[in-house]
Amino acid sequence: MTPLLEVRDLRTHFFTSDGVVRAVDGVSFALSPGETLGLVGESGCGKSVTALSILRLIAPETGRIVGGSIRFGGRDLTALSSEEMRELRGHRIAMIFQEPMTGLNPVLNIGTQIAESVVRHLKLPWRAARDRAREMLELVRIADPKQRLNEYPHQLSGGMRQRVMIAIALCCNPQVLIADEPTTALDVTIQAQILDLMLELKEKLGTAIVLITHDLGVVAETCERVVVMYAGRVVEQAPAAALFARPRHPYTRGLLQALPRADAGSSEQPATRPQLTEIPGMVPALTQPIPGCAFVPRCGFAAQRCAQSPPELEEAESSHLVSCWEAARVVADAV
Amino acid sequence: MALTSTTANDALVPAGRPLARIAAFVRRNPTIVIGAVLLVGLIAMTLAAPWIAGDPFRQAPVNRLRPPSERFWFGTDQFGRDVFSRTVHGARVSLIVGLTVAGLAGLIGLVIGLVCGYFRRIDGIAMRVMDGIMAIPSILLAIALITLTRPGLGIVIAAIVIPEVPRIVRVVRAVVLSIRAQPYVESAIAGGTRTAKLLARHILPNTLAPLIVQATYVCASAMLIEAGLSFLGAGVPPEIPSWGNIIAQGRTFFQIAPWTIFIPGAFLAITVLAVNMLGDGLRDRLDPRLARRM
Repeated sequence: MTPLLEVRDLRTHFFTSDGVVRAVDGVSFALSPGETLGLVGESGCGKSVTALSILRLIAPETGRIVGGSIRFGGRDLTALSSEEMRELRGHRIAMIFQEPMTGLNPVLNIGTQIAESVVRHLKLPWRAARDRAREMLELVRIADPKQRLNEYPHQLSGGMRQRVMIAIALCCNPQVLIADEPTTALDVTIQAQILDLMLELKEKLGTAIVLITHDLGVVAETCERVVVMYAGRVVEQAPAAALFARPRHPYTRGLLQALPRADAGSSEQPATRPQLTEIPGMVPALTQPIPGCAFVPRCGFAAQRCAQSPPELEEAESSHLVSCWEAARVVADAV
Repeated sequence: MALTSTTANDALVPAGRPLARIAAFVRRNPTIVIGAVLLVGLIAMTLAAPWIAGDPFRQAPVNRLRPPSERFWFGTDQFGRDVFSRTVHGARVSLIVGLTVAGLAGLIGLVIGLVCGYFRRIDGIAMRVMDGIMAIPSILLAIALITLTRPGLGIVIAAIVIPEVPRIVRVVRAVVLSIRAQPYVESAIAGGTRTAKLLARHILPNTLAPLIVQATYVCASAMLIEAGLSFLGAGVPPEIPSWGNIIAQGRTFFQIAPWTIFIPGAFLAITVLAVNMLGDGLRDRLDPRLARRM
C-alpha cells in the first residue's frame, strides 16, 4: 500500500542565541490511509516539532526545516508555497492541540468557529456551513447541538471543548488528523471517552491519525503502529503489539519498565510483579552534535561503538525497525 | 471580595421586571451609571443649546461683569456676554474634541497596534517611532501646526491625536502579543485561516475591551489638553466659545468676576470626571482581572 504521508529524513533546527538546536534530526516514518500511528517520547524529544513541521507551522523567526522531505498526496510539503500550504491545513491535514481550555476563541460562538473552517475549505455558503457544524456536533456526541452552536467556549466543559476541537478538525473530512496530546489536559474518564470518539470517527470517516503522546497506556489502547522518538531521532518503530511484547531499543524498554502493568504479576504474589524502574539521567542538550547514539549516557547496554558512530534505523524483523547497535542483546536480556 | 467576579454578578441580577433589573444594574455599577448619566446630560445640553441658551456672542456693555443672578444664571463677562450661554455652547467644542480624538486615536492606534503586535519584524522599528511620537508635547505640536496653517478645530484635533496614538498602540500591541500566543490562534493557523481573517476574526475582537477603556481615558485627557491649548491661545480660534477660551478671557478679571473662570472650569472638571468614571466602570465590567489587580 502506498503511504498517505511519508516523512523522510526530516530535520528541523532552531537557531537560538545558545546555538543550533537540532530538535528534529533525521526523522522518517510513513502513514498509511486510515492508520493510527503513535508518536511517543518524553518531553523535548521532538514529537511536537515533527507535527508542526508536517504542517509547516514552525515560526520562521526561530526555526526552519533544514532538510528532508514530507510527501503527501504526491507532493512534497516542504516545497509548497505558503498559500498552497494554507489550503491544505485544516482541509487535507488537520491538527488538534493539547489545550482544550484555551484552544477555542472565547469571543466567537461554537457554530461560527466550526462553520468558518467549512466556508474556508469546502466553499459552502454560510447557511450550509452552519448546518454542517450542527451535524459535526452531533457526530462528536454533544447533546443538544442546535443550542450549543450559539454558545461560547466558557459555557462548555473541558471534555466538550475537546469534542468541539475534534469537530473543527474533522469538519472538512481531512485525510490525516494530527492529534498533539489531545487528552493530556483531561481527566481519565473523559480521556477514555475522547479516545474512543476519535477511534470511532476514524473508522467512520477513514481518517488516518498521528497520535502524539507520552502516555504509553494511550498508545497501547489506540495505535496500530508506534514510532518512538528520542533526542530528535526515531529509535524504534514497530506494530504496537510487537513493540509492547518485545521492545528492541533500550529506551523503549526503559519506558515500558517505568510503566505499571495490570497484566504482569498478581496481587496475591507481589514478588512476581516486576519492580518499576526509572531511566537514569536526563535528555541530552540538543545544541551539540552527538557523534554516536544519543542514548549512550543513560543506556545500560552501551558498548564502545555506541558512543562513536550513530546506529542506523534497521529492520530487525518484519516491519519492526530499531536504531541500536546492541538491539540483539536487549532482546536476549528480556528472555 | 476578590471572589466576586462579574459573571457571579450577572447571575445575581434578578430576571424579574425590567425596572428591578435596571435598579440592580445601577446598584452594581454605580460608576458606569453616574458617568453615563452625566455625559448624556452634557450631550443633551449641547444639542439643546440653541433653545436653552441665548446668543453666546451678543455683547451688552451695560451688563458687564454682572454676578450670577436670576437673569444671568452664571453672570456675565467683561463684554457683557452671558456666561451661561457661552458655557453651554462651549460644551460642544469639548465634546467634539474629546469624542473625535478618542475615535481617531482609537482607530489609528488599533491598526498600528495590530500590525506591530502581529508582524514581529515591523514591531521593533514601529515601536521606536511610537516612542518618539510619544515624546512630542501636544502643546508644542499644536503651536507648530498653527504657525504652519491657520488655527481651527481640525488642527487642535490633529495636535492631540498624534501624541495620543502611541498610548493606544501600546495597549493594543500588548493585548495582541498575548492573544497571538493563545492556542486558539495557533489552532486557527493550523486550520488554514488567512492572515487578514485571523487578525479580523480572532485577534481584533479580543482587543476591543481594553481599547474601549483606553479610549475613554484618551477622551478625557483630550478635553483637558484642548482646554489647555485654548487657554494658551494655541487652540480653537478665540472667537469660538470653548471652555478654555472662556477661562482665558476671564483670567484678567478673575479677582472681580471669578464666575467667568470657575463656572466653565467646573463644567470641564465634571465632564472629565464623568468620562473617567465611565472608563473606570467599563474597565471593571469588561476586564475584571485588571480591576482586581488595581
